[in-house]
Amino acid sequence: MANFIEFVVDSLPNLLRGTLIGLKIWIICISSGTILGILLALGRIYGNKVIYALCTIYIELFRGTPLLVQIFVIYLGLPDIGIVLTPVLSVSIAIGLNTAAYQAEYFRGAIQSVKGGQMLAARAIGMSKFKAIIYIILPQGLRIVIPQWSNEVILELKMTSLGFAVGATELMAEAKAIGFKTFRYTEVFMLAAFIYLVIVALVSTLLKILEGKARIPGLGSP
Amino acid sequence: MNLLAIEDVYKSYGDLEVLRGVSFVMQKGETKVLIGPSGTGKSTLLKCINRLISLDKGKIWLEGTEVTNPKTNIDMIRSTIGFVFQDFNLFAHLTALDNVRIGPMKVKKMKRREATELAMEELHRVGLEDKADAYPAELSGGQGQRVSIARALAMAPKLILFDEPTSALDPELIGEVLEVMIDLAKSGMTMLVVSHEMGFSRSVAKEVIFIEKGKIIEKGSPSQLFTAPKHKRTEEFLHKITELYG
Amino acid sequence: MWEDGGCEAPSLEESDVIFQILIGELPYLLEGAGIALTLLAALLGLGFVFGIVLAILEVYGDRFSSILAAAIEFFFRGVPAIVLLFLFYYGLSSILDLSPFAAAVLALGLRSGAYQSQIFKGAFQSIASGQMLAAQTLGMSKIKAVLYIILPQAMRFAIGPWSSQFCGDLKATSFAYLVGVSELLRRGSYIVAYTYGNALTVYGFCALIYLILTRAGTMILYRLEDRLCVPGFERRGT
Repeated sequence: MANFIEFVVDSLPNLLRGTLIGLKIWIICISSGTILGILLALGRIYGNKVIYALCTIYIELFRGTPLLVQIFVIYLGLPDIGIVLTPVLSVSIAIGLNTAAYQAEYFRGAIQSVKGGQMLAARAIGMSKFKAIIYIILPQGLRIVIPQWSNEVILELKMTSLGFAVGATELMAEAKAIGFKTFRYTEVFMLAAFIYLVIVALVSTLLKILEGKARIPGLGSP
Repeated sequence: MNLLAIEDVYKSYGDLEVLRGVSFVMQKGETKVLIGPSGTGKSTLLKCINRLISLDKGKIWLEGTEVTNPKTNIDMIRSTIGFVFQDFNLFAHLTALDNVRIGPMKVKKMKRREATELAMEELHRVGLEDKADAYPAELSGGQGQRVSIARALAMAPKLILFDEPTSALDPELIGEVLEVMIDLAKSGMTMLVVSHEMGFSRSVAKEVIFIEKGKIIEKGSPSQLFTAPKHKRTEEFLHKITELYG
Repeated sequence: MWEDGGCEAPSLEESDVIFQILIGELPYLLEGAGIALTLLAALLGLGFVFGIVLAILEVYGDRFSSILAAAIEFFFRGVPAIVLLFLFYYGLSSILDLSPFAAAVLALGLRSGAYQSQIFKGAFQSIASGQMLAAQTLGMSKIKAVLYIILPQAMRFAIGPWSSQFCGDLKATSFAYLVGVSELLRRGSYIVAYTYGNALTVYGFCALIYLILTRAGTMILYRLEDRLCVPGFERRGT
């Protein structure tokens, strides 16, 4: 037992260092993914035929292919046309692009569930379509989408573990390195699993609190 | 100049013709009520006045500006016409106060303090200043509709359109809304109302217009139309209404 | 080596060469896809059984088993797929001798089961509680009730979400690459390696194959859902 604790203490610094890199990737992909997701959703709801088609193609493409393949295409493939990105950036962009496709559908569902009368009333006071979307539709849609968005956010957190496949030194990479060195694979991966679980639990709780704060009586589903 | 002029308007949905050549005018300060069987285009007509729906044929003028002209800045026009919906359509994510002041703030670009004062005034006018911080889901039907009227008033409209404002309300809540509307009419607001509430029409309407199957069948003052309708169909319809609504 | 002199690796300028190679390697790649599909079938099967058991325990089990089931579900959904894969492959290899394929089936299968149990849970809970009550008043034990009354209804509700699970798991098979299973993505990487580049084209091609597979899968499941539609159990949502 003492041996195990010693092992944990020894491994922790490296693992935590990796975790930080993972979190960095996570922040980048959440922000880029969410913004792009909203834009894609708006494109599918309010855009003309061309915009609708482009957004749909994007969504089908990124939802129909594995994330790992997308990461490889970005990190290993883009250099073929002259774009070279660091592992961390590649993974962040790949996950961001990937999650945007899923989020686009969640946002679209949520925005479309905002009753049509809301848009009518907004336009009846003289708001332009743009203003109506910004002040009336989005504030409601964004509240409705929170549960599904939270789910995506947690998924993104776990996806960061793929970073090691292209050399990003996040938690998995550090764990594997330690395992390789010490052959104590089970222990180090259990440790890594534990760290992930702790972070996931923490983030889930925070998101639940966010959901509670954003709740408005009568808006969205319980 | 007429405040509102409806000139020979036509509208169809596929094969269904809901408006077939309706024309009338309104002057400032008048209240007119549209009655008729459901589905005869009364709501459609209202929504055409602020171009929430576009006409197939015909023109609509608001104080000299042609609303139906595609070149007209429709957002500007809409900000001068108030619209009260049958199911209120209060902005679900905003409090009553926010609902009333968002128009002045975001469309008329009023400063927050001014807009809040204005909003509270209008809420007071409809008797709901103590519900300023309530969300639409927390209001009763009658309260919700009154907030929706306050929202329309806050834009200082030239004309307010009411699309069956009390049809979605429980009977005991209808009174409070009609009271507000009567006060409004008496204070000189120009109002075009689609409603079955004959008591309301009798007290403040200058003219009642009976529309059936997309055409104006008859129009006249409330006393004249209700007691001595000229057309058989008008009589039949009024008979049905009084049966249903007493 | 090339006859016009020099050992020149195919570059992007000679892009038709890489396409020729890809066409030539199609059988090899498709075999990889086949392996991925086999992996998929195995892990889905494992996941299905595991998922139903977990769901039944969580919804209909006693206090202890429902908490245990919830905990297991939390573990397999909260830990990233890679970590699970490595845990099973490297970790268990000290006790058992697991091939990469077997480790992948276990890890991805149990994980899929945890997600599937969510779907089944939702389906169970959407069945009116009256159904269970009615079954019990007839004298059915809880198990019989679940088997004959609840499950048949729940399965119809589950099909919709289950087809997105299917797609998700299909794409997850690419993770098996990381423990050495020679499925589609790994074979793509080999091609990239021995052609000294052209990653964009090769991986793009692999992506295309995945796209076709997911599309085909979704369509088949859609048809299946149609077949199983019964009045009262129409398709839910889009």
